[in-house]
Amino acid sequence: MTVTAAFFYLFAAITVASAFLVIAARNPVHSVLFLILAFVNSAGLFILLGAEFLAMILIVVYVGAVAVLFLFVIMLLDIDFAELRQGALQYLPISAVVGVIFLVELVLVVTTYTVDPALLNLPAAADAQPGITNTAQLGSVIYTKYVYFFQLSGLVLLVAMIGAIVLTLRDRPGVKRQDAAKQAARTRETSIEIRKVKNREGV
Amino acid sequence: MITLVHFLTLAAILFTLGVLGIFINRKNVIVILMSIELILLSVNINLVAFSSFLNDIVGQVFALFVLTVAAAEAAIGLAILVIFFRNRGTIAVEDINTMKG
Amino acid sequence: MYHAIVFLPLLGFLIAGIFGRMIGPRPSEIVTTSFVATSAVLSWVALFSVGYGDGETTVRIANWMVSGDLAVDWALRIDALTVVMLVVVNSVSALVHLYSMGYMHEDPSRSRFFAYLSLFTFAMLMLVTSDNLVQMFFGWEGVGLASYLLIGFWYQKESANAAAMKAFVVNRVGDFGFALGIFLVFYLFGSTSFDVIFPQVEAFATGAAGEGFSFLGLDAQGTLTLACLLLFMGAMGKSAQFLLHTWLPDAMEGPTPVSALIHAATMVTAGVFLVARMSPLFEFAPTALVVVTGIGALTAFFAATVGLVQNDIKRVIAYSTCSQLGYMFVAMGLGAYSVGMFHLFTHAFFKALLFLGAGSVIHAMHHEQDMRNMGGLGKVIPLTAVMMVIGTIALTGFPFTAGYYSKDAIIEAAYASGAGMSDVAFIATVLAALFTSFYSWRLFFMTFAGKARWGAGHGHAAQADAAHGQTTHGQTTHGQTTPGDDHGHHHDHKPHESPPVMLIPLVLLAIGALVAGYFFKSVFVGDGYEAFWGDALYTRPDNTILHDLHYVPAWVVWSPFVMMVIGFALAYWMYVRDTAVPARIAQEQPMLYRFLLNKWYFDELYDIIFVRPAKWLGRFLWRTGDGKIIDGMGPDGISARVLDTTSWVVRLQTGYVYHYAFTMLVGVAALVTWYLIAGAR
Repeated sequence: MTVTAAFFYLFAAITVASAFLVIAARNPVHSVLFLILAFVNSAGLFILLGAEFLAMILIVVYVGAVAVLFLFVIMLLDIDFAELRQGALQYLPISAVVGVIFLVELVLVVTTYTVDPALLNLPAAADAQPGITNTAQLGSVIYTKYVYFFQLSGLVLLVAMIGAIVLTLRDRPGVKRQDAAKQAARTRETSIEIRKVKNREGV
Repeated sequence: MITLVHFLTLAAILFTLGVLGIFINRKNVIVILMSIELILLSVNINLVAFSSFLNDIVGQVFALFVLTVAAAEAAIGLAILVIFFRNRGTIAVEDINTMKG
Repeated sequence: MYHAIVFLPLLGFLIAGIFGRMIGPRPSEIVTTSFVATSAVLSWVALFSVGYGDGETTVRIANWMVSGDLAVDWALRIDALTVVMLVVVNSVSALVHLYSMGYMHEDPSRSRFFAYLSLFTFAMLMLVTSDNLVQMFFGWEGVGLASYLLIGFWYQKESANAAAMKAFVVNRVGDFGFALGIFLVFYLFGSTSFDVIFPQVEAFATGAAGEGFSFLGLDAQGTLTLACLLLFMGAMGKSAQFLLHTWLPDAMEGPTPVSALIHAATMVTAGVFLVARMSPLFEFAPTALVVVTGIGALTAFFAATVGLVQNDIKRVIAYSTCSQLGYMFVAMGLGAYSVGMFHLFTHAFFKALLFLGAGSVIHAMHHEQDMRNMGGLGKVIPLTAVMMVIGTIALTGFPFTAGYYSKDAIIEAAYASGAGMSDVAFIATVLAALFTSFYSWRLFFMTFAGKARWGAGHGHAAQADAAHGQTTHGQTTHGQTTPGDDHGHHHDHKPHESPPVMLIPLVLLAIGALVAGYFFKSVFVGDGYEAFWGDALYTRPDNTILHDLHYVPAWVVWSPFVMMVIGFALAYWMYVRDTAVPARIAQEQPMLYRFLLNKWYFDELYDIIFVRPAKWLGRFLWRTGDGKIIDGMGPDGISARVLDTTSWVVRLQTGYVYHYAFTMLVGVAALVTWYLIAGAR
């Protein structure tokens, strides 16, 4: 067994196990942590495949942002753990059966395909030169051929950000806030009060 | 020797786990969101595996965009969840049945 | 001229019917009456021109329909039979129109009444002038319609509505037979036109048409008999013969002029006319003729027995009509068609006279119709009384009146004939003559003689009360049973004579009742027969009844007269001399009395046999057939199934997202499985 194979099986096993524990864990915080583990191991798998940029991005974005976001939300919501411990999984048998059937079929599909031999001997990508890093490879394609999609995905992120803010923003009483329009509309009558003060006496 | 099939099988397993996660849990909407992330992860593995074995960078480009969209969707989903919790006070999936016919 | 005769009444109907409201009742009356009177005068002209002259024609008016082998025209067939009927119909109708101007004077819907009368006259004229069976059927239905409209003229009265419907429905049973007869005749002879049918009959009946003719298992003779019997069924319905007679007494719900016109002189004689017109067919179907005789004899007897005990003045006369129609059919059945027509002719006069006279009595008594509340009117309304006497003696066959000639001719013919049922017919007609005399004089004595029973409140003749049979099923005598009835107050009002407009028709009819027999007897039963009738009535060479009836024994000739005298004497004794006798007889024979009073329980019988099952069937088909089955399988059923299905399907909508996701997964798994197993192409 080569090193590659060994690492593959290691990473794969841990990914599968942590994926299973994501859904099986009772404590949602544990679920998130196992999710993080799954992501990290997948990043390892990506490196095995030679997509190191994507692997790092996976860690930065998924683990660093998305999973942390999950954690924040869990801690934000006041979840009653006691309640969560209960609950019979009455649908587990039938779901498991259907899931197994589904999995078996998927595996049947992926293992019994044949690829047109002509496709397998693809020439290397035109702009793929030996020695160029994966990142540079990606970069040379994203900003030229797929620049529109790139811009669009930027827009998607913008919309998501605005959407999240719009959804969750609320005016809490007692929180100090600026209202620019109100500030600009102040008049002399409402803001200044002139008092005659005698010498050596305060207001 | 690790062939494409291994990666595809792995992705299949992850996908199934993610789908099962959606309807096995009764108690927690967050787990549903996490299961969606698992599904997206399996898709990413598929894409990158194909990209690697077919020597086509497009797979990774696609995976990058999937990543972007997954992040955006996770953010929005959690925002909605927060608001839901504000209004309902619970995130138990069992209690979310206002669409009952 | 013939166009005028037939279409003037139609014009009158249209004017009074459509513009009646605009022009008002008085102009409607005058227009319709004058039109019909013109028709009447022209009819008498036609009688002399065709009958005594040589004026037979066929007047073609228009083409009606051509469909395959069936070609039907609107055409008027003018021969001796037609002109006799024209005279009868138009004269009586004109006199009834005139009479109604007085009788219906207080009625608010007079224009409608006169419109209907003219409509009836037109339909009857179409019937008698028809050149083919289809046109006759049109007239047949038309008079049925007019009868319905006129019986139910006072439509706010529920009993009138019921009576009108009863008349129409019972007629319809007869019409069904009539229609089948027409179909069969068309099938046999290829046409409905008389000119085409009549020449073919002899050849057909005697088998010259070829061997092996078979229809429903009957040979040629049998089929012809069947056709004649079906046609006679129509006649039975229209002329209220036994079994289809139940509508005639209830038809008295209509105003009295209607009873006089339709149910005495014209519509009910349509059946007799039919048999006479189809004499070429009937002559070759001896079995059918025997049936006609039998039914006629039975009706004559039956109706006379029921008329013995009725208390409503109009109903007595109605049963008398029914009985006299039986006489006419007896004559027809014996092959003496012209004798039957003679009786039709004379009967129209004296029966219309009796009805209109009864109307005069009713008018005088302010719409009181129960004879038990009358009496002593002879002193108060003497002219009407005289008219009624004339009508009665004509009906009962007093020598030298019209009825004497015609009725006695029938009785003599019954004796002289050797055909089947003729003996039965003879006995029945003689007995019926006795009964006729009795009930006619009973009517007269109860109404005009004796002590006055009106003005003393609600005086039922006390004796008759004890054995009073229950009046059943629509036989409520008009306005007398309930105390506190509106008309009861009028009993205190002294009866008065009718106005001249009502009396003139009575006088004219009385003249006819007295002299019509004497003047026309040679034409109908005597030597003038050949010259008058020509081809209108067909008789086979071996039909010598017209000749034979003059050579009957003397006792036969005297028997009707004897019967008349006995009946008169009995009635005089029971209703003038010793008025306690009727009640005593009724008490001693309660069952017989009730049997006769309730018309041999025919209404009850028909109710059980036909009406109730029909209602049950209708209700069943409505509730179950229509409601449960058709609605249940159709709209209601489908909507209920939709509701069922959706209430089951709704349970799939749980509202839980994970249920939906699970369903999606199962769907995907199933799809993939199917592709794997079935093999995607």
